Amino acid sequence: MENPKLRLSGVTLRFGDLTVCDGIDLQVASGELICLIGASGSGKSTLLRCINLLEPIDDGQIWLDDLEISVPGLDPNPVRRRIGIVFQSFNLFPHMTVMDNITLAPRRVLSQQPDETAQAAMALLSRFGLADKAAEYPDRLSGGQQQRVAIVRALAMQPEIMLLDEITSALDPELVGEVLDVVRQLKVQGMTIILATHEMSFAREVADRVCFLDAGKILETAPPDVIFERPSNPRTQQFLARVVRTNG
Amino acid sequence: MSLTARQRFERRERLRGIAIGTTSLVLVVAAIYWLVPLAPGWEAVQRSFFNWPILVKTFPKLLDAFLVDVMIFAWSLPLILVLSLAIALCRNTRNPALLPLRVFGAFYTDIFRGIPTILLVYLIGFGIPGLGLSRPWNSPYIWGTVALVLTYSAYVAEVLRSGIESVHSSQSAAARSLGLSEADSMRYVILPQAIRRQVPAMMNFVIALQKDVALLSFVGPIELLRQANVFKSLMANFTPYVGAAIIFLCVTVPATRYADYLLARQRAVRS
Ligand SMILES: Nc1ncnc2c1ncn2[C@@H]1O[C@H](COP(=O)(O)OP(=O)(O)OP(=O)(O)O)[C@@H](O)[C@H]1O
Ligand SMILES: [Mg+2]
Repeated sequence: MENPKLRLSGVTLRFGDLTVCDGIDLQVASGELICLIGASGSGKSTLLRCINLLEPIDDGQIWLDDLEISVPGLDPNPVRRRIGIVFQSFNLFPHMTVMDNITLAPRRVLSQQPDETAQAAMALLSRFGLADKAAEYPDRLSGGQQQRVAIVRALAMQPEIMLLDEITSALDPELVGEVLDVVRQLKVQGMTIILATHEMSFAREVADRVCFLDAGKILETAPPDVIFERPSNPRTQQFLARVVRTNG
Repeated sequence: MSLTARQRFERRERLRGIAIGTTSLVLVVAAIYWLVPLAPGWEAVQRSFFNWPILVKTFPKLLDAFLVDVMIFAWSLPLILVLSLAIALCRNTRNPALLPLRVFGAFYTDIFRGIPTILLVYLIGFGIPGLGLSRPWNSPYIWGTVALVLTYSAYVAEVLRSGIESVHSSQSAAARSLGLSEADSMRYVILPQAIRRQVPAMMNFVIALQKDVALLSFVGPIELLRQANVFKSLMANFTPYVGAAIIFLCVTVPATRYADYLLARQRAVRS
């Protein structure tokens, strides 16, 4: 791959004796949508947290464009501005309105003018059908709305990559669709996305490539039709057989 | 509007409860009112503790003296809030370069929570003016207040610190993932939630402070308790103490009720 947006090489992270990321190699092209699938505890969330520098890695390198961001002692904040992350549990700031949730970081970190930030935030909110929620507090919103606000909050920093960690698994089934629509929109606009998910049919629909994680290793990386139709690794086959059986 | 059978039943039960409660309250109050004066020493007690003419005569002066308590309270409260916040933040730093601050914070809270307030008021209120400072820095009024501020800051700092720790780490992860600095995360995300959570607990210290201002009577300023003491000696009668108690109650009871209300509201929100 020429000029990958993001490159991981031998990324390793241990919690005590437990190796949660075990020599992960991955290259992500600009505008590509990568899905991470794998059993609970296989290390999907941890890998995303490593990319966002929320966990300092023990071994390996991570490059964002030409910048190695895994250098120990590097100031993480300029890197985090360029990489947005959205968590399973939304993690909106409960004491702030939707508008303040979104504009806090642009104002403090990018030193934008308040009215400029507010306009940009309003534009994003409208785009995702949340314009009338700007003045609400998060606890007055449905789960789907909260998750969409969390995505808007990350987008307001104008990131170059979005990391989405099981953004629909805390939602009631009827709210999943509206959040997945947001992901489709982002992809159309050319955002580079890494998405950890248990929604296999969605992964199959939107992913450019799917990575299967097992015990901290990427066992298989392939386009979705290959992974879901003809997985080459026996563990991938097992996992998919189990998921398909339980998901009906 | 017609009521369902259930609503009629519940209303009857409610009225019955109110009636029983009121009757038993009236009975108890009446019993106290009639029975206590039958005690053999009642006349003497009434003369020296519940002497109406003396109460009327001393009350205005007591109220004046209470203004001193209010003043001390009013300028120590902001100092306590600022100092306790600084101590809590000291104790919370993870930066190795700031280890001395952490150690200092731990020492501070251990020491000032470990000394009885009255003892600290004596030590600082008498000790520092004894250094021979010039006016107004030799005033026990100032140094007594400092003693109160030091003690209360230690307690409030611990309340704030546990508030900070009670904000889930996912909130600081969310803040930092947006590129906010540690200081900004603390200031805009963690601290507002921590303080909001701890307001009821801090209210209890505010109430305690209202009363502990009276400890300063031992080192100098003519505040309410000291004034009552003066009247007691002057008139050889304890009624001024009762007057002082009434004044304190007028302030602390509403404040206590308010704190309970805040706490109940917080519980309702959480559950
Ligand atoms: N802070 C931590 N300390 C110790 N172990 C941790 C920590 N965070 C995660 N782990 C462990 O790392 C492993 C991978 O966890 P991770 O959350 O990345 O899995 P996951 O693939 O996202 O799972 P899920 O699908 O359930 O979200 C798990 O075994 C977990 O117990
Ligand atoms: Mg996870």
